[in-house]
Amino acid sequence: MDFTFSDDQLLFQQSVRDFLTREVTPDTLRRGWESDSGRSDALWAQLAELGLTGMTVPEACGGLGMSALDFVLLAQEAGYAALAEPLVHLALVAVPALLDCGDQALQARWLPEIASGQAKVVVGLEQNLLVEDAHVADLLLLERGGVVYAVEAGAASLRANASVDPGRRLFAVDFAPAAATALLEGDAAAAWARAALDRGALGVAAQCLGLAQRMIDLSVQYTGERKQFGVAIGTFQAVKHHLANVAYRLEYAKAPVYRAAYALSEGLATRHLNVSHAKLVAAEVADLAAKNSMQVHGAMGYTWEVDLHIFMKRAWAFNNAWGDAAFHKGRVAAFALAPGAPLGAGNTFIAP
Amino acid sequence: MNLNYTERQQAFRAEIRQWLVDNLPAEPLQSFDTEQGFAQHRAWEARLHQGRWGMVTWPEALGGRGCDLIEWLIFEEEYYRAGAPLRVNQNGIFLLGPTLMEYGSDEQKRRFLPRMATGEDIWCQGWSEPNAGSDMAAVRARAELQGDHYVINGQKTWSTRAVWADWCFGMFRTDPASQRHHGLTFILVPLRSEGITVRPIPQLDGLPGFAEIFFDNVKVPVDCRLGGEGEGWSVAMATAGFERGLMLRSPARFQETARRLVGLYLDNRASADRDPALRDTVLRAYLDAEAYALTTYQTACRLIKGGRIGAEASTNKIFWSELDRQMHATAMTILGARAELLPHAPDAAGVGNWLDGWLFAQSGPIYAGTNEIQRNIIAERMLGMPRK
Repeated sequence: MDFTFSDDQLLFQQSVRDFLTREVTPDTLRRGWESDSGRSDALWAQLAELGLTGMTVPEACGGLGMSALDFVLLAQEAGYAALAEPLVHLALVAVPALLDCGDQALQARWLPEIASGQAKVVVGLEQNLLVEDAHVADLLLLERGGVVYAVEAGAASLRANASVDPGRRLFAVDFAPAAATALLEGDAAAAWARAALDRGALGVAAQCLGLAQRMIDLSVQYTGERKQFGVAIGTFQAVKHHLANVAYRLEYAKAPVYRAAYALSEGLATRHLNVSHAKLVAAEVADLAAKNSMQVHGAMGYTWEVDLHIFMKRAWAFNNAWGDAAFHKGRVAAFALAPGAPLGAGNTFIAP
Repeated sequence: MNLNYTERQQAFRAEIRQWLVDNLPAEPLQSFDTEQGFAQHRAWEARLHQGRWGMVTWPEALGGRGCDLIEWLIFEEEYYRAGAPLRVNQNGIFLLGPTLMEYGSDEQKRRFLPRMATGEDIWCQGWSEPNAGSDMAAVRARAELQGDHYVINGQKTWSTRAVWADWCFGMFRTDPASQRHHGLTFILVPLRSEGITVRPIPQLDGLPGFAEIFFDNVKVPVDCRLGGEGEGWSVAMATAGFERGLMLRSPARFQETARRLVGLYLDNRASADRDPALRDTVLRAYLDAEAYALTTYQTACRLIKGGRIGAEASTNKIFWSELDRQMHATAMTILGARAELLPHAPDAAGVGNWLDGWLFAQSGPIYAGTNEIQRNIIAERMLGMPRK
C-alpha cells in the first residue's frame, strides 16, 4: 500500500508547472482568444519538445509510454494554467482511444506524428454534445450510431459553437459514415466509448483540482491587497471562511482523483465508479471555488479585465463536460445501491 | 503508487478479524456514560490489551505491536466493521499516549503508558475553562510550584468522561504574570486527589458524558509535569494535532455509518423516494466517507515516508464532523415521523440507534476546536491569509 506519487512523477509535475507558469499566462491566454484558431502552433511545438504530446504514446512509436497515473498531475497543472491547447484531451483521451481501437495501421500512421507534435487527434462521443478542438485535429475518432469511425480532417465539416469560456473551441462535426472508416461496432464500440468517457472525465476532474487551486490563489492575493475599512479584506473572518471552505473540500477531492487515475491505469473493476466519484467532487469544488472567489473579488470579479473569469468559466464548462452530474451520480447509484454492494470499512481498496 | 495490501497487511487484517469474532462481547455494552457501562468498557480495554490489540501502533514493550499507520487503519476498519465497543480511554491512548511518547521522560512513560494500555487508568482532558473555550490561551487555572509539588486552584470544564475517569491531563498557568500561551504548563492530575470536586454535566442524551472539575489547593507531585515548566502550550498543540489529525476519528467509523445509511435508505425506499433529492444525499454520504478514507490513507502513506501533518489536520476535522452531522441528518429525514422516537418507544420500529448518533453528531463541529477555529487556521496557516 503506497498512496503517494513517485519522485519522478512529482518532479515532472514541477517542471510542467514551471513551464506553464512561464509560457501560459493570463496575457497569452487573452491573446489566444483573439486569434482565429485560439491555438498556438509554437506552444504546441514546445509541449512536444517536453515530451508531453507523446506522454501516453508507446515508446515504440516515439512516445514515453506512460499511463493515466503518470499524467494526472500534469493535467492538474494544465487546469491551474487554464491551458487552452488540447493536451489533456490528446494524452489522456485520444491516444489511449487510438490504442484501444486496435487498428495497427492507423496507429502506425498517426502515433509517431502525435508524439513529435506534428499531428493531433481528438475524440467525439455520442455522449459529448460537441467535439473539443476538432478544428485543429488531423484525425477524429467519432462514435456515431453505435459505430466508431476514424475520420480525417478533410472528410469532416465543422460548425463552430462559441462557449462562455473563450478558451474553449467546440464543434458539431458532420461526416459521411462509411464502412471503410468504421473501426469498431457493437459491444466493442460501446466499451471503447465507455473507456474514452472515463478518461475524459478523469482529465476534466484533474484540471478542476488545478482550477480550484488557482482561484484560491487569485483570491488570497486579491483579498490580501484590497483594503476596506482601513484593512485588507482578507483579515475578515467572513472572507477567510469563504476560501477555507474551498480549501478543505479541495483537500478531499484530490485523493479520489488520484485513485481514479490509478484505477484507470490498472484497469480495476471499480474504475467507472472511481472516475465518477472523482468527476463529481472535483467539478463541485471547482464550482464552489468559482462561486466563493467571485464573492470575495466583489465587483472586480464581475469584470472581463480581472483574471478570475478565465478560470471560473473553464470550471463552469467542465462541470457538465464528459458526463454531467446526473450521469456520474447514476453510475455511483448503480454501484452503491446494488444488492450486496461492498460498502463500509475495509472495502475501499478491495475490488469486488 | 500501489494500492494493494501486502501479504503481511492482509494477514494482519485476517488476524484481527478472527480475534474480534472470538472475543467480542455477546451483548452490546451499555453506554460508557453510565457507571456500569464505564466498568464494562474498562474491562473490554483490558481484554483488548490481553490480545495485544489495545493500541497497535505502540511499541511491543508497551503491549502494542509496533504497527505503522496503514496497519492501524486496517485495525480500525476491522474494529468498526465488527461493531466493537467504543474506546472509553480514547483521550488516553489516542491523545495523551502519543504526547507522552514524544515529551515524557522514560520514568513517566514507564509509569503511565502500561496502565493506560490496560485500561487501569482511564484519562480525561482538562483543557477548557468557563472563560477559555475557543480561546484556549485564556487559561486561568493556576498551578503554583511549592517545593516538590504543584498546588492547583481553578476550574476546568467539558471534561469528557471525567465522572468516572482516574486521571486528567491539562494545561495550567504556572506563571501568574504570564499572558496568553506563555507561562502555561502541562500537568497530569490524579482525579482522586484531595481538593478535587467533579460535577457531572448531563449531555443532550441526559447522561453525564462530561463534567466540570474544580481544583481547591490540589497537590500534585512535580514529576506529573509533562515537558518543561512554561512549555505547556507546545505540548498541548502536539496533543491537539493528534486529536484533529489521524488518530481521533479514523475513517472506518464514518464508512460504517455511510454503509448503514445506504441500508436504511434501501429499507425505506418507497417512502424515501418521495423526496428524489434524498438518494443523492445518501450517495454523497457514501462518497464522502470514501473520500475521507482515501485521503487518510494518502496522509498515512506520506507520514510513513517521513512527511508531517500540518495545518491540513484542520481540514480533516471539518470534513469528518460535517459529514457525520450530514449523514445523521439524512437518516433522520428518512425515518420521518419515527425519527424523534427513543429506541425503546413501543412504536419505534426500525429506528436503530440513529437518534443517539444524531445527538452525538451535534457535538462534532464544536469539540476539538470549533469548525470556525479550524477555518481560521486553514485560512491563515494553509492559505497564508493575513491575521490582521
